[in-house]
Amino acid sequence: MEPVLEVVDLKKWFPGVKANDGVNLTVRAGEVHAILGENGAGKSTLMKVIYGLLEPTAGEIRLFGQPVHFRSPRDAILAGIGMVHQHFMLIPALTVAENVVLGDEPGGVRFDRRQAVQRVRELSERYRLAIDPNAKVGDLTVGLQQRVEILKAFYRKARVLILDEPTALLTPQETRELFNIIRTLKAEGTPVIFISHKLDEVLEISDRVTVMRAGKTVETIDTKGATPQTLANLMVGREVVLRVEKPPAKAGSPALEVRGLRVRSADRHERVKGVDLTVRRGEILGIAGIDGNGQFELADAIAGLLRAEEGQIVLDGRDITHLSPAERTQLGIAYVPQDRQLDGLILAFDLADNVILRDFRRPPFSRRGILNRRAAEAYAKRLIEAFDVRPPDFRRKASELSGGNQQKVILAREVSRDPLVLIAAQPTRGLDVGAIEGVHRQLVRLRNEGKAVLLISLELDEILSLSDRIAVMHDGEIVGVLDGAEATREQLGLMMTGQRAKEGTV
Amino acid sequence: MVFSNPEIWALTLSMAIPLALPAVGGTFSERTGVVNIAMEGIMLIGAFFGVAFSYWTGNAWVGLLAAIVCGALTALALAWGAIHVSADQTVLGMGINIFAAGLTTFLLNTLFGYSGTPVNTPKLPTLSIPGLDHIPYIGIVFQNQSVLVYIGIVLIFLSHWFLFSTRLGLRMRSVGENPLAADTLGIPVWRLRYLGVVLSGIFSAIGGAYLSIGILNGFTSNMTSGRGYIALAAMIFGKWTPLGSFGAALIFGFSTALGIVLQGHGVSSNLLQMIPYALTILALTGLIGRSTPPAADGIPYEPRR
Repeated sequence: MEPVLEVVDLKKWFPGVKANDGVNLTVRAGEVHAILGENGAGKSTLMKVIYGLLEPTAGEIRLFGQPVHFRSPRDAILAGIGMVHQHFMLIPALTVAENVVLGDEPGGVRFDRRQAVQRVRELSERYRLAIDPNAKVGDLTVGLQQRVEILKAFYRKARVLILDEPTALLTPQETRELFNIIRTLKAEGTPVIFISHKLDEVLEISDRVTVMRAGKTVETIDTKGATPQTLANLMVGREVVLRVEKPPAKAGSPALEVRGLRVRSADRHERVKGVDLTVRRGEILGIAGIDGNGQFELADAIAGLLRAEEGQIVLDGRDITHLSPAERTQLGIAYVPQDRQLDGLILAFDLADNVILRDFRRPPFSRRGILNRRAAEAYAKRLIEAFDVRPPDFRRKASELSGGNQQKVILAREVSRDPLVLIAAQPTRGLDVGAIEGVHRQLVRLRNEGKAVLLISLELDEILSLSDRIAVMHDGEIVGVLDGAEATREQLGLMMTGQRAKEGTV
Repeated sequence: MVFSNPEIWALTLSMAIPLALPAVGGTFSERTGVVNIAMEGIMLIGAFFGVAFSYWTGNAWVGLLAAIVCGALTALALAWGAIHVSADQTVLGMGINIFAAGLTTFLLNTLFGYSGTPVNTPKLPTLSIPGLDHIPYIGIVFQNQSVLVYIGIVLIFLSHWFLFSTRLGLRMRSVGENPLAADTLGIPVWRLRYLGVVLSGIFSAIGGAYLSIGILNGFTSNMTSGRGYIALAAMIFGKWTPLGSFGAALIFGFSTALGIVLQGHGVSSNLLQMIPYALTILALTGLIGRSTPPAADGIPYEPRR
């Protein structure tokens, strides 16, 4: 078949980073072509170059055999490239129809609203993307918003559709619907490029897979015949060990107990709907669940960042439900929050100031309200060395560090306080393999030392490889607790959609 | 009874126009994503240069034109600072207000001396709508209003139509909501923001000129006396729409008119002047219909390279 889109030896270098360093890709007509790679492998950079958001350093892009040079997304759109970004480019205050036609509206001076609605209706029928053209985009679910993005692409007569991590924010049902849409498009002959780091999704929907690693395309293979293991090995570049080495758990007395907890998120929705949970000394309790099922609100509530509407949080036999975050910190709760840049660090502060955020009120870091900078610096120096933070300079601002090193700083701060309970929310999000292993080692070390670890992650593999017990959360409730050694992906996957565990909850 | 007296409604309309015009101007600016609190200063500029050129040329219409040009130029400075340099828009606006107050007072004293602008400065004509003045009650409301009242009302309705029913209006609104999304669709974010801010300058300047050569025929130091800020309140109270702003301006204008009519009746006019601000706070806190600004209002946009 003739190639629709070809990328030949493409390079995109930033100062100090070779984000793309030799990318080769051929997408054929009518195929679903997955691009698989870890976070930071260069997938997003590649897409931005193809879409005209970035100019390539070297290399060539050909569309239907013709070399193209896009200076802006406008050029790419005109050439027939449709892109659905991971973070939607929509305007919530406008209607579906207005969003779809924006920039290319029907009418003269006047905006012909009726025709816009009509055109959107036609498109949505043709591509079987049911949607109300007059609905306000801000009122739609994430899945429907994604349809608006797809309609936007086809309104502009896209001949290739690029979906960047399209399932990241979707529920399983919405993912299934999206896959049906992709199959419809494929049947119509429209090639779809599907970018993901999720092996199972790539295996399900794609015809061919191109694997990217460290800015380079490693290989393109037919999906038929590929297994999760072969893909994972290609992605990481070595034999992947899915399980972390750890001695058997010696679970002790309960360190943290949560009883009948109800929590509302900042937007006033009830996200945690009566959770009971016990984390013992010397164990890692993993919480599995699809994003948005209340797990991060649960973590925030335990750390004291969200108020408990109802229920109790007990730390080592003491009721901490109504204590402030600072008081909980003193009593032994450590928290690695999901959003490290927003909640974990003060980006404008240097590392010395960041490592004492929990303890600056106390000696040796301050006396009678006066900070002792020297003590902070000495402490920072020690942590930086122990956790191998790079660059090893406590005067650096937190914003100047890479994501992996930012996470090391947070972990160092939280873990070094000798906590009783560590809550780790998505502790390896966006980190490379080396950094992930380091984080995992720290979590296991704490557990071996007899601390309690509550691990919340959206990555099933991470949950499976670390947890001694696994609690599955769905729609604000714990649907079951499984033994970490016996749980399977399939079992967890089913429970994550809300099906109760059939047998022997632990 | 004061309410049955048509005079108060005539006064309400007359007092609402110098609030409504800058409020609609501010709506244009903020709808494209540039916070504009400089209406007060730009009104002063418009008021002063309106009078100055009206006197120098002997033609109030030339005065109005000069007011518009000067207002647009001032707004252009604001736009450059806010859009090109990504300066803090609130600080910029405040700066323009203080600058304009100083400049107009200085120019008033140096150009016209301490006796103020000459008494023989021409003003814009007043107008009674021919058909309307025979209708008993309404006729008095529209009797001898400045020509700018009628122009203003037409401009306000035109603005509403422009912002919500034209392609350009849709694009301007999109830029104030999500400039990145608009940019990827080929919509020129910076150019539309400049347009929004300059329109706000033009509307504010007309509002200022209305005071100096519409109602009166002279300029006094700080003659806008906070109307630019009340306009800001009217814009918010009107939910960032021209017709809403006009409605809010009418309510605020009514409270001003009431203050004038009730003078000497033992009602404190200071108390009545508080009404616009109290209503605005209620609107912002959601007690009288929630008022939400455009999503990207006040956030500079850096185009990518």
